[in-house]
Amino acid sequence: MSDAPILKISNLHAKVADEDTDILRGVDLDLHKGEIHAIMGPNGSGKSTLAKVLAGHPVYEVTGGDVTFHGKDLLALEPDERSRAGVFLAFQYPVDIPGVSIANFLRTAVQAHLPEGENLDIFDFTDMLTERMELLEMDPSFAERHVNDGFSGGEKKRNEILQMAVLQPTLAVLDETDSGLDIDALRIVASGVNKLFEERPDMTILLITHYQRLLNYIKPHHVHVMVEGRIVRSGGPEIALALEEEGYETWTKHEEAAATSV
Amino acid sequence: MPQNEVITDLDLDKHKYNFVTAGKPVFQAQKGLSEEVVRQISAHKDEPEWMLEFRLKALKIYNAKPMPTWGGDLSGLEDVLDEIYFYVRPQDRMGRSWDEVPDEIKDTFEKLGIPEAERKVLAGVGAQYESEMVYHSLREEWESKGVIFDSIEDGLKNHPDLFREYFSTVIPPYDNKFAALNSAVWSGGSFVYIPKGVKLETPLQAYFRINQERMGQFERTLIICEEGANAHYIEGCTAPVYSSESFHSGVIEIIVKDNARFRYTTIQNWSNNMYNLVTQRAMVGAGGHMEWLDGNLGSKLTMKYPSCYLMGEGAHGEILSIAYAGNDQHQDTGGKVVHVAPRTTSSIVSKSISKGTGRSTYRGLCKVYEGAHHARSNVECDALLVNDTSRTDTYPYIEIEENDANVGHEASVSKIGEEQLFYLTSRGISGDEATAMIVRGFIEPIAKELPLEYAVELNRLIELEMEGSVG
Repeated sequence: MSDAPILKISNLHAKVADEDTDILRGVDLDLHKGEIHAIMGPNGSGKSTLAKVLAGHPVYEVTGGDVTFHGKDLLALEPDERSRAGVFLAFQYPVDIPGVSIANFLRTAVQAHLPEGENLDIFDFTDMLTERMELLEMDPSFAERHVNDGFSGGEKKRNEILQMAVLQPTLAVLDETDSGLDIDALRIVASGVNKLFEERPDMTILLITHYQRLLNYIKPHHVHVMVEGRIVRSGGPEIALALEEEGYETWTKHEEAAATSV
Repeated sequence: MPQNEVITDLDLDKHKYNFVTAGKPVFQAQKGLSEEVVRQISAHKDEPEWMLEFRLKALKIYNAKPMPTWGGDLSGLEDVLDEIYFYVRPQDRMGRSWDEVPDEIKDTFEKLGIPEAERKVLAGVGAQYESEMVYHSLREEWESKGVIFDSIEDGLKNHPDLFREYFSTVIPPYDNKFAALNSAVWSGGSFVYIPKGVKLETPLQAYFRINQERMGQFERTLIICEEGANAHYIEGCTAPVYSSESFHSGVIEIIVKDNARFRYTTIQNWSNNMYNLVTQRAMVGAGGHMEWLDGNLGSKLTMKYPSCYLMGEGAHGEILSIAYAGNDQHQDTGGKVVHVAPRTTSSIVSKSISKGTGRSTYRGLCKVYEGAHHARSNVECDALLVNDTSRTDTYPYIEIEENDANVGHEASVSKIGEEQLFYLTSRGISGDEATAMIVRGFIEPIAKELPLEYAVELNRLIELEMEGSVG
């Protein structure tokens, strides 16, 4: 892709706000329109931190570097503004909101995405939600359940994908969407993501995952390996397969060697 | 219909400034409480001798009882009590002007989208005309079924024997200091009688009677639901009731006879200078079913614990309550269930929200007397804290004299978490809206029991209250 990146991350440093050590230690990454990227890495490498920093989680503090989204400073925006600008984060651990139905939650979110002064037509919304749920092969009664309250791991992740389907972001960051899912649930969730990508091939997707198995279902164009807060290697899908064989240890050693040689 | 036209002509607050316009009636209220004031009230209402004696006896009890030292901080109350008028005629109360109503209250009416005429009624400066038509047709239906729905004063006047048989049998004056005070100076409130087996589809709404007898500072309500009857009574509304008075002490007595079902719904939103101390209790006969649905917003301090005394075998009592404490407010609320007979069942669900420096207290009693075998009771109280400065306490008292009783209690405290807020805001929802959404979800199990228009207003009010809640 030759055009300007949708998302440009340059030398990004970040830490937990009340701690001292940076978790992200100089991340560089360019994502273009219509690309699917995967970031893989061992536990504690900082890949989930990157996802949350992109969405603006208040627990993290950016200590250096820039992130631009459509050429604008993403880090200057509040989380709700980032969402309205087109960024979506599918949570690794979605939170429950007791007493709030999914339909009500989504209606409020869709309303929030409309321009100031414009009111969402409730019938249009209901039609749209029904259509989205059909696409993802979800039972309509699901929309009446309270957000993530008493959901199984699989239901929580499907709920994330439903939100993505409804909000139609230009950039979707999927944070360990495969974690805690059995193989059937993984297949369902991945097929949902694929349908959404087929529907809107302009969308950019960033998959964050520990395991290669997700990439059997969602095929990335680019794979990056993250170790100790930096991207240490980038390439095509073959990298994921190499990782699967070698494990992360080799990469960690590479990184250590690189660090000492500097 | 009473004298609405007359009311609108009256001057403002003349009693307050202690001058009397020439030609006005001889009645003049005085500050503070004395035997003379009590005699005046009774004489003004043209009451039978027994009621005057009852009031005077209650006054003695009130004077003899010490201020409660439990519950909320009542130390500022003595001063308030010295300054208030214990009896203000309804027409004088109405005689204020719209200009005197604080902007903050007007603003809330505006935001809630309350119609102009209704705003004035709520602010105590106008009378409700629109509802009269509705009220009339309902009234005909009720009358044909033998239902009585009157002001408490008319109840005493028009149904003296019935009134006397039940009045003060559920909450006697010696029950507590404020029940004694109310017994001495009561004024305003409802008298309701549902005959045997009568089932009412439409709720009885005190709102329809607002123009006749505004809810007073010392309102007194007596409800008798005969055997097998079934009714729902609704009192109050979610919009803030502005009152220049800063003390409200009501007594609500309900008698639910065998196999009858009764629900009493009240949402009160007082202005935040108000001490709101209310005693409300129901006696429930065999197989009877009583539900209190109680919402408390606003006020400086509210102390209110709706009670069910389960007197007959298989009686059931239910208390659902919501309390919201904003800055400098203390909601000390909960419920009491007393199991006297076998196989009685009860449930209390209490939800409180504290925001800013607000404090909410759950105070509940579950008592099972000896002989109330196979009694079952379940208490669930959940507190939600919006800010770090908000506070909540729980005092669940459980007294059981029967081996064969099953009593459960669950309590939870949650804080609106960073993770919940982040989750909702990451979907484009603003911080304030996200907070309101979490709060609405929290009270949803109770709000869904409310009549629709109340639930809608309550939701809108929560939205307003949550503005600026996120730092």
